[in-house]
Amino acid sequence: MRMPLLALLAKEPAHGYELKVQLEQIFGEAYPSPNIGQIYVTLQRLERDGLVCSQDVVQTTRPNKRVYELTEPGREALLRWMDKPSEGPRVRDDFFMKLVLSQLTGTSDRLGLINRQRRHYLGQMRNLSALATATDRRIPRLLIEGAMLHLQADLDWLQRCQEELV
Amino acid sequence: MITGGERLLLRAASLTKVFRGDGVPVPAVRSVDLALLPGEFVAVTGPSGSGKSTLLHMLGGLEPPTSGEIWLDGRRVDGLSQARWAVLRRRHIGFVFQFFNLVSNMTVADNVELAALMGGATRKQARARRTELLSELGLTGKADAAPSRLSGGEQQRVALARAMANRPSLLLADEPTGNLDSASSGAVLRLLSRAHAEGQAILLVTHDARVASSADRVISLFDGTIVDDATMPPAHPHLPLPDVLKLRG
Repeated sequence: MRMPLLALLAKEPAHGYELKVQLEQIFGEAYPSPNIGQIYVTLQRLERDGLVCSQDVVQTTRPNKRVYELTEPGREALLRWMDKPSEGPRVRDDFFMKLVLSQLTGTSDRLGLINRQRRHYLGQMRNLSALATATDRRIPRLLIEGAMLHLQADLDWLQRCQEELV
Repeated sequence: MITGGERLLLRAASLTKVFRGDGVPVPAVRSVDLALLPGEFVAVTGPSGSGKSTLLHMLGGLEPPTSGEIWLDGRRVDGLSQARWAVLRRRHIGFVFQFFNLVSNMTVADNVELAALMGGATRKQARARRTELLSELGLTGKADAAPSRLSGGEQQRVALARAMANRPSLLLADEPTGNLDSASSGAVLRLLSRAHAEGQAILLVTHDARVASSADRVISLFDGTIVDDATMPPAHPHLPLPDVLKLRG
């Protein structure tokens, strides 16, 4: 979560809880809500690496809050990240390993493995469809649509495995 | 799960189709048993060449089986003549094709009305049914257009309206989203789901996992046989999120 936090801080300084809320607002229900502890740990590491700096702001009625700000090296790291092409998601090799190795174990038939995996993907697809229907905001909906396209590819590949190996 | 006591809408027993190309028998569907309850929504998936379209065409009377039985609403129909099948389709079965198959020199409205008339409706009933369906499918503004003036997604919605004009007890669809972009597929899927929620029985063949996953049951066909028949669990839109949705970085 390092780069998303740097990106949010590029706009203006903020404290940990504000960053958590902003992430939730941007990505919505499609993004597993970040744990506040993880955010603080990440911010501390970013500060240790010199990418952000912080200062305590005194509050009268509440405990002091620590406000984080992007540093110049932080801005450079963020721009490098933005400019670099990203790796695509990898093929799920855990299932493929099971499929290829199943004949050695003598415990599982390949068609059974493929059927169970297909049911699992279809169940996920059903959940994502329901999630997409319940979402009217554009950013989370696009993310869900991407996940659905990946699942379609997983299912197509499963069919190829069935054609070749069963 | 089908048990003995329930009334079945559709039942196929040992349904088989063997094509003979150059004298060599090519089995496309091998001894398939299948049952559908009234109001049930079943999707058939499988690789190309797995026999899923042939199966659907046999169930709709578009392709005679080599052997086996088909029962529709308690009546055996596999031996019917082409003419009797045509009557059955006009009255009891709606059919949606991948490439819409609308009558090109008739308006959208007339395409839908004709199907209602052929299903036995009076002129007045057919007009009312057409108005109702086009409005439900968001096509009222296109009633007087020629099908060729419509986008693929709109044409498929018209095809769906036409298939449902005779209030069929069974709606059959062959890759209904196979030729559509993502947004149009979504619209067609919403319409199918809504029809299903109102009690329409649907049997469709699809590559589209989103369409398949919206069915009550997903049947996987491979090499002309059923290799899996999965009842779908209810959707849980919030838990657990698949890995593909976990952003990294």
